[in-house]
Amino acid sequence: MWDYIKLAVLGLVVVVAAIAASMARDLPYLVHMLVIMLASAVTLIWLIRRVGEPVPAANPNEYMDGPIRFGVIATALWGVVGFLVGVIIAFQLAWPNLNFEWAQGYLNFGRLRPLHTSAVIFAFGGNALIASAFYVVQRTSAARLWGGGLAWFVFWGYQLFIVMAATGYVLGSTQGNEYAEPEWLTDLWLTIVWVAFLLVFMGTIIKRREPHIYVANWFYMAFIVTVAMLHLINNLAIPVSLLGSKSVPVWSGVQSAMIQWWYGHNAVGFFLTAGFLGMMYYFIPKQAERPVYSYKLSIMHFWALIFLYIWAGPHHLHYTALPDWAQTLGMTFSIMLWMPSWGGMINGLMTLSGAWDKLRTDPIIRMMVVAVGFYGMATFEGPMMSIKAVNSLSHYTDWTIGHVHSGALGWNGMITFGMLYYLVPKLWQRQGLYSLRLVSWHFWLATIGIVLYAASMWVTGIMEGLMWREVDAQGFLVNSFADTVAAKFPMYVVRGLGGTLFLLGAIIMCYNLWKTVTSTAERSPARAGSAVPAE
Amino acid sequence: METYTWLRAFADSWHLLFMFCFFIGVFVFILRPGANKVHDDTANMIFRNDDKPQGDESAPRAGRHQEPKEAR
Repeated sequence: MWDYIKLAVLGLVVVVAAIAASMARDLPYLVHMLVIMLASAVTLIWLIRRVGEPVPAANPNEYMDGPIRFGVIATALWGVVGFLVGVIIAFQLAWPNLNFEWAQGYLNFGRLRPLHTSAVIFAFGGNALIASAFYVVQRTSAARLWGGGLAWFVFWGYQLFIVMAATGYVLGSTQGNEYAEPEWLTDLWLTIVWVAFLLVFMGTIIKRREPHIYVANWFYMAFIVTVAMLHLINNLAIPVSLLGSKSVPVWSGVQSAMIQWWYGHNAVGFFLTAGFLGMMYYFIPKQAERPVYSYKLSIMHFWALIFLYIWAGPHHLHYTALPDWAQTLGMTFSIMLWMPSWGGMINGLMTLSGAWDKLRTDPIIRMMVVAVGFYGMATFEGPMMSIKAVNSLSHYTDWTIGHVHSGALGWNGMITFGMLYYLVPKLWQRQGLYSLRLVSWHFWLATIGIVLYAASMWVTGIMEGLMWREVDAQGFLVNSFADTVAAKFPMYVVRGLGGTLFLLGAIIMCYNLWKTVTSTAERSPARAGSAVPAE
Repeated sequence: METYTWLRAFADSWHLLFMFCFFIGVFVFILRPGANKVHDDTANMIFRNDDKPQGDESAPRAGRHQEPKEAR
């Protein structure tokens, strides 16, 4: 019965999408409708071919790793795509001629920039978060994923969201809100997928076989719930037409700005921090083969982080129309955030106490430790930059870009790479990675790439900030804007180079993971079963 | 009274007090005597159930305490 309902709904979606496509008022909407039509048609055919076939019963004594395997592949592939677009736009800034005339309106900097940010945050980071959340929640709950095929819906639904968002950016459909660019149709779809994600996660927690909820799951839960809230509130908008992609936001003026940066900063705080901290609290202890340094500190880290982060958004709006008290509040909470962040960093690093020798032998641990190091560095730099006096120099300069990337490449990127290197042999039952040498190559390429990136952005950012405020004896500004752009050229080239090294490392990782799955020996069940007894 | 006014007054009086007490309460609860055992057990939970879910799904789950299978 359920099969037939699914078929009927999918058939209806195909027809409605086809009609909507034929009546579309703009190009992005037309493309989105065609994408939806194709996606549901493929699913429909896939389902029809299975109607009446005996369904292999899901084994409750096995973890559901299928969607996680797909998630791992998607993470690696979207990662390379996102980094590649990043490298392209970095060089577009250095050499504007790379905004080719024939590609104007599609592949120029303005169109590719949101494509890059969303690809790395939502496609690379999001897939990593969903896959690792499904992995961790099963292992720490000792229970199979709740909801049967719902986890598959989450995976494929999320990929559809990514494709719709990406095509929308290239075709110019955007709300113009940073990190919240997708228009109403894509937003609605993401809401549905996200609710399914929440259901699968919470369902698994509820049927857990362990008495306690491991701290990583708390971080994942905070991430899922908060992102749902942020997404709903910041994207409240009324479509101009049901047959067009454009919508009008409900918020206006400084309220709109405040809600946008409440969203934007907590996208950093809960998507890129809380979720990835969930990863840190599971994968670092696993890879180091020791429990987390202090479980008490990890719970304090959790509560302090979620209590403080949500207030920090106004620091994006210093010296604007936002009331002074709100700006000061944002600044104060940002500075207070330093404490839980460093508590968490110390907790992650000290997990290695007594096992520091692993840093010499295990390049995966090295990656994770560098990730935590960058977490600590970015969470020190951030509070510092949120101080009004510092912000008056740093805001609107490339220093901000450098800060974001030392967090994103260093913390999110490195911890995700570490997770992928840990997960692939586990998920495909391999004895180990294809090559640890290649992991070392990846590690050094990525690290040097980040250092080049961050250092060049510090230099260019501070230079640019100082040039903007430089006045002569009469009180006139010394530099025009174009002067600063010209002065930044060498640093832009170095930045592009750093990005290229980082991209190269990721490609090496993909090769290594591919070879791990295809050409390493299978882990024998005997070895998996007879674990080393406790010391 | 205007909605903004009373919401604002409530937010920076009673609700602020509530959040402050909750926050302090969390820390007191974490540091409560006797929590060490629970926390140690939970911190080591990641080293069991690595390959398959625990036991029969219909069996009661609470109150089970097992030693880590492996101290990896």
